[in-house]
Amino acid sequence: MSFLIDRRQGSKQKSLVNRQRFMNRYRKQIRKAVAENLRARSITNTDTGEKISIPARDLREPFFHHGRGGRVTRVFPGNEKFVRGDQFPRPEAGSGNGAGPGSSDSGEGMDEFVFQISQQEFLDALFEDMELPNLTKRQLSGVEEFKRVKAGFAREGTPTNISIIRSMRSATARRIALGASKRRELRELEEKLMALPDREDTLRERRELEERIEQLREQLARIPFLDDFDIQYHRHSKEPVPHSKAVMFCLMDVSGSMDQATKDLAKRFFILLYLFLSRNYERTDVVFIRHHTSAKEVDEEEFFYSRETGGTVVSSALELMNKIIAARYPVNEWNIYGAQASDGDNWPEDAERCVTSINKLLPLTQYYAYIEITDQGDKPLWETYLAIQKNHPDIFAMQHIKGPEDIYPVFHELFRKQES
Amino acid sequence: MKRKLISTSSDWNFEILQTYEREIGRIAKKFKLDTYPNQIEIINSEQMMDAYASSGFPVNYHHWSFGKHFINIENNYRRGRMGLAYEIVINSNPCIAYLMEENTTTMQALVIAHACFGHNSFFKNNYLFRTWTDADSIIDYLVFAKNFISECEERYGADEVELLLDSCHALMNQGVDRYKRPYPISIEEEARRQREREEILQQQVNELWKTIPQKPGEIDENKPPRFPSEPQENLLYFIEKHAPLLEPWQREIIRIVRKIAQYMYPQRQTKIMNEGWACFWHFHILHELYREGLVSDGFMLEFFQHHTNVIYQPPFDSPQFNGLNPYTLGFGMMQDLKRICEQPTEEDRHWFPDIAGSPWLETLHFAMRDFKDESFILQFLSPRLIRELKLFAVMDNEKNKYLEVTAIHDDDGYQMIRETLAESYNISQEDPNIQAYNVNVRGDRSLTLRHEMHNGRPLEPESTEEVLKHVHRLWGFDVHLESVISTPNKTDIKLRRSCPDDGEQEDDLI
Repeated sequence: MSFLIDRRQGSKQKSLVNRQRFMNRYRKQIRKAVAENLRARSITNTDTGEKISIPARDLREPFFHHGRGGRVTRVFPGNEKFVRGDQFPRPEAGSGNGAGPGSSDSGEGMDEFVFQISQQEFLDALFEDMELPNLTKRQLSGVEEFKRVKAGFAREGTPTNISIIRSMRSATARRIALGASKRRELRELEEKLMALPDREDTLRERRELEERIEQLREQLARIPFLDDFDIQYHRHSKEPVPHSKAVMFCLMDVSGSMDQATKDLAKRFFILLYLFLSRNYERTDVVFIRHHTSAKEVDEEEFFYSRETGGTVVSSALELMNKIIAARYPVNEWNIYGAQASDGDNWPEDAERCVTSINKLLPLTQYYAYIEITDQGDKPLWETYLAIQKNHPDIFAMQHIKGPEDIYPVFHELFRKQES
Repeated sequence: MKRKLISTSSDWNFEILQTYEREIGRIAKKFKLDTYPNQIEIINSEQMMDAYASSGFPVNYHHWSFGKHFINIENNYRRGRMGLAYEIVINSNPCIAYLMEENTTTMQALVIAHACFGHNSFFKNNYLFRTWTDADSIIDYLVFAKNFISECEERYGADEVELLLDSCHALMNQGVDRYKRPYPISIEEEARRQREREEILQQQVNELWKTIPQKPGEIDENKPPRFPSEPQENLLYFIEKHAPLLEPWQREIIRIVRKIAQYMYPQRQTKIMNEGWACFWHFHILHELYREGLVSDGFMLEFFQHHTNVIYQPPFDSPQFNGLNPYTLGFGMMQDLKRICEQPTEEDRHWFPDIAGSPWLETLHFAMRDFKDESFILQFLSPRLIRELKLFAVMDNEKNKYLEVTAIHDDDGYQMIRETLAESYNISQEDPNIQAYNVNVRGDRSLTLRHEMHNGRPLEPESTEEVLKHVHRLWGFDVHLESVISTPNKTDIKLRRSCPDDGEQEDDLI
């Protein structure tokens, strides 16, 4: 008696839960590996997963076993030259396949446990513990998205929405209600009829009773099983779905003093930011502003990939941001965030206007982050902003980035989950 | 005989597989192979990796280590570093065998003969499996275990359960009875008994720790009796029954791990025989098919290709060498047994007076039924096979700076090689011998384990420390491990480890 079963269409990924357990357990190591890998990898390459390697020692499952030492005799195949009594030096541990007994130590020679994680898992690990700070204002976004919710029952509707239970229940109730008095009368008459003796003198009375009973039965039978007004329909109504709306302003200096490497770092920072935003919030607008001596709102493509040169007037960008907020993002509806990247150069004459502009901006924004990409110490813009940072420690943050390896830690620092 | 080939192409379909299964089954019957009914399941590579990761069980509880195992297999497979097995077979009734869909027709036939009749009949008839495992109820038990553990996860938290399982897994090799027999029961019975145990167990534990004073004179104050009175080899069992602080559900989980370890134990002890037996029969059954004209020359050539790959033994100095290949040794010994029965030489008559010239089929069945790897090698490894494999023994004594060849394939060496090889398949020697020796019942409740050193072999220090932490987590109080060398007259404690380390606090545990 044998069975042959085709299981190929059956459930795959039985190990998925176990894999998740594994990922959970080593979350710390995986995050560390992700952060390290971020340095080497081009940040625009976010479509693929990532190779993670964890020191094998961390995930060893210990058990009692023998170590080196004592007296062990083992048997090996393929002897071509030895005779009894031959002696030879002990091979080094881990030299693998030599005739040494040490080679049997359960594969502990492997140093790194390397495996692949998916893009989703990569981003999870990357952005864990981060959030957009001060996301307080909530606004029902007017018309764009609704959710269908059940809202009781209705007398009218389409046949697909009939509630069978409700309809039948109501039909049963109606039948009981309409027939109750007739059934009672019927019962009484039947008893009366039974009670009458079957004699000549009662014949007429019996005829009358029987007629009436027949009449009642007919009436009862005429009560419909299911009537139009029994039928009930599920009612659905639309409810607006609340969204947290946020807008992110990305400001970047593209003047002549920003060399390609610096721009590249800024780009990486913004892309990280962009990923983070589009992932965490359902509705997030991003506005790209690039500036040299004058500022311009551009699309993503142009922001990251076109070149321009010239001097630097930072306040132009801040003023443009102000204008855009006034025109398109009412402060009571939007959470407004600013992120600015620069090499720190600014025309000295512009410092004062900068302070004025940013002071106008800050009351409107939830958070404003400034990263200065330089390896030469504090530059003019840093000095300008330092004063502002002192006055607004909650919403204004500034950090230095020297090289690619700083981007992720700085990013993490800027958007660390706030303790509430 | 009229030639009527079962298959002519390497693409199989279910009809062809059924025919092969029927024909192979017919031939197997001729050779008196007694099997459980077969349940053959065709699966794809992904499902094969799933099966790998959970020790081949179709159901199992969840644990991160299975995930790790899975990721490892997946990596190696995707990068082409390793191929997947052609089949996995489970010791259950009916006997479940997983066959890979990628296999060619020839491979499927080979695998059906190998697993569905070779391994299957071994599971059903070998004395270790008959004594220690219960093929009828294993699947039921796994379902029970999985449900129970996920229930515990819901009730007590997945992390809590995971910690406990980690600790149990560390002691899995010390969680088997070697001399007592468990008895088979069904899933309902299992669940009913679990509830019963839960109540009774806790009372018994308390019995051990009760503080009611004993009659004076009954105990010698200077030398209180040891508990347990005899050392206990099954550490998981000992902890399950006697650890003072465990909750009933924790005891049950320990029991589940222990049961599964016990179920796997015979497989660890019969690797050579089991594979040897299966290879022997796929070899002979497919030859029989060929003799009857049911398969073509091409089929046989492909079969030989696979067969010789499987039983290839690289010499010790080859880069491919990874220990003795159990397939080579097992198949070699089974074939050799047949030869000794059919064409014994003078040497065979001298070494095997009982079986030389006896009917081969009966002798092979006898060898399969009543031995395990250790005794099988000790009994049946012939000088001829030792010569063929050019076996030699090397001694590593830590007192010497060199290794020494103690025996080669010559008249002086046969017996020694045979004994040494058999010894290396004796699991109770290869696993360190660690037993529960004493509990300080009236004092700090500490548990003392004893490691009887065999040939002066020490424990691997790093992982031993780790395992001790796990024992400590289970026991709840201090744990000591003494490595001792015993002679009839005295016991010499060579090394004493403790967890927590003397002077350290116990919240040190991870």
